[in-house]
Amino acid sequence: MTTLLILILITAIVLIVIARISPGGKKFSMYVILGFIAFIMLVPFYMMFVMSTHTTNEIYSFPPAVWFGRNLAGNFKNMLAAVNIPRAFLNSCIITISYTVLVLLFCSMGGYAFAVYDFPGRKKLFAILLATMMIPWTAGIIPWFIMMSRFGWINDFKALIIPGCANAFGIFWMRQYCQNNVPASLVEAARIDGCSEWTIFFRVIAPILLPAYASLGIMQFVNVWNDFMQPLMILRKAELQTLPLLLKTMVSDRGTDYGAMMLASTCAVLPLLIAFLCASKFFMSGLTAGAIKE
Amino acid sequence: MAKVKTVRTKNNLWSEMKRYKVAYAYIAPFYILFVIFGIFPIAAGFYISFFRWDGLSGMHFIGLENYLNLFQDILFWKALGNTLIIGITAHIPILLGGLALAYVLNSKIVKGENIFKTIYFMPMVTSSVAITIIFQNLFGNNYGLINYLLSFFGEEAVNWLGGNGSLIKVAVIVMFAWKWIGWNMVIYLAGMQGISNDIYEAAKIDGAGHIRVLFNISIPLLKPIIVFTVIQSSIGMFNLFTEPFILTNSSWTGGQNNGGLTLMMYLLNKAPQGGTAYGYASAVAYVITMMIIVISLAVYRITGEKETAKRGENK
Repeated sequence: MTTLLILILITAIVLIVIARISPGGKKFSMYVILGFIAFIMLVPFYMMFVMSTHTTNEIYSFPPAVWFGRNLAGNFKNMLAAVNIPRAFLNSCIITISYTVLVLLFCSMGGYAFAVYDFPGRKKLFAILLATMMIPWTAGIIPWFIMMSRFGWINDFKALIIPGCANAFGIFWMRQYCQNNVPASLVEAARIDGCSEWTIFFRVIAPILLPAYASLGIMQFVNVWNDFMQPLMILRKAELQTLPLLLKTMVSDRGTDYGAMMLASTCAVLPLLIAFLCASKFFMSGLTAGAIKE
Repeated sequence: MAKVKTVRTKNNLWSEMKRYKVAYAYIAPFYILFVIFGIFPIAAGFYISFFRWDGLSGMHFIGLENYLNLFQDILFWKALGNTLIIGITAHIPILLGGLALAYVLNSKIVKGENIFKTIYFMPMVTSSVAITIIFQNLFGNNYGLINYLLSFFGEEAVNWLGGNGSLIKVAVIVMFAWKWIGWNMVIYLAGMQGISNDIYEAAKIDGAGHIRVLFNISIPLLKPIIVFTVIQSSIGMFNLFTEPFILTNSSWTGGQNNGGLTLMMYLLNKAPQGGTAYGYASAVAYVITMMIIVISLAVYRITGEKETAKRGENK
C-alpha cells in the first residue's frame, strides 16, 4: 500500500508545484485532475463494451483483457439462447412508456389546474400535495405489496404503472412551469372563442407545455427503466421480466455465460446512454429538476 | 339575518365548486391514487407492525414484540451499521467532490465544461444492476482490472468481495460514489450559475483566493441546495439495496459475514422476498422511516439554526 500512497502524494505535489510556478500551470493541473476523474467515470463503460466481445475464459483470465476481442457474435448467440432478451426489452418498454405517458397526462392536468383555476380549497389542497412529498414511502412498503397481491396485480404490469402515475412532484413541477409560461389572456381568449375547458387544455395548453413534458418525461422514463426493487417484488414470472430483472437472473444463475451476461448489460444500458449523449442538456436538467427550482 | 347569510355563502361555495368542476377533475387522479396507494398502506403498515402475521391466516396482536425482537436481533444492528458506514463514507466524496468539481467547472479555468459534465453524469442514466455486474468483475479477485492495476504498484491481489466480508463495503462505497458524484455536481453547478458574477468579482478585487471564495461565498449561498442534496442522500442511504444485493450474487445475506447486508435487504428478506413475516417487516419499515425523519429534521435544525445565528451576527 505504501508505494501507491507515495506515488499519489508525489503526483499531487508535482501538480501543485506546476500550478504555482508556470503561468499556464493552473490550467494544466486542472485538466489533469478533471481528465483523470473523467477517465475513472469512463472505465467501467469501456470495460463493459470490451468484455461483451470476449469469451468467458478470456474474461476470467489474468491479466484482464483491455482491448476488444472477437467473440461478439458468439456472445450474442449465447445470450439469445440463455434468456429472452427481446421480450424483456419489450416488457421494459411497455411499462416505462405507459407509465411515462400517464404521468405526463395527469401531472400536467393537475399542475395546470393549480396554476390557472382559482377554485375553492385550492390553497389547502396544494398544501396537502406538498406535504405528501415529505412522506417516506418505505413506511408503507409491506401493505403496498399485500394490496397488490389482493388486487391480483402480482405478475401484472398494472402494479408498476398505476400507483405512481399521478405523483406530487410532477404536479408541483408542472404548476411552476404553467405559472411562468401559460398567459391567462390565452386561456381567456380561447374561452371567448367558445372552446370547452377540455379543448382549451388539450389543444391550446398542451402544445405550450412541450418543453416541460420533455424534462419531466425524461426523468420518469430513466427512473422507471432502471428501477429494480419494485419489479423484483412484483414480476415473478420469467416471461414478464424487465431488463434489470433479466440481468439479475443471469447473475444468480451460476451456469451463465459471462460474455453473454456482459453483452446483456450492454443491451440494457446502451439505449438510454445513446439518448443521453444525444441530448445531454435535456437529461441533466430533467434529472436534477427537483433540486434547482426551490 | 346571520342565518340567511351562512346559507347563502354555502350556496355560493357549492355553485363555485360546480363552476370549477373541471379543475377538480384535473386534480382528482392524484388525490384518489394517493389515498389508495399512499395513505392507506402507510397507516396499515403501522397497524400491522403490532401483529404477528404471515399474510394469509389470522393476525395475532402481539403489541410491541416485533419492535423488541427487532432491537435484539444482531443482524438488524449489523445491517444498520453497514448502511450507516456505506452511506456516510460514500457521501464524503459525493458531496465534497461534487462541490469541488462544480466550483472548478464554474470558475471557467478550463474549457470543455459540457464535455466533463456529460461524462460525469453518465452513470445516472445507467441501470444499477448492469453497473454492479461490471463492478463485480472489476473487483474480481483473480481476474479483475482493479487488482491488475494494483499489481503494477507491487500490491498483492485483494479479495474484495470474499475474505471476511469487510471489503464488500469498500466496493459498494466506490460504486455508490462513482454513480452519484455527477448528479450532485450538476445540481451544485446549476446553483452556482445562479449566483451573480458581481459577487465573485468583488471577492477577487478584495484579494480572496479560490478556496476562500468557495467556503465564504459559494457554500453559504448554495446552502438551500446543499441541504436538499444532504436530505436526498440520507433517504437514498436507507434505501440502499440494489448495488450490495447484486454484488453479493443476490444471496440476501449480504455476502461473507453479512458484510454487505443493508437495512433494505434485511427488510425485504423478512417479507415479501424471503419469508412471510409481514408484521415484523412492517416494524422494520417503520424503524427505517423514523430514522429518515429524525435525520431530515436534524439536518433542517442544524442548518436553520446556523442561518439565524448568522443573521444575528450581521445585525
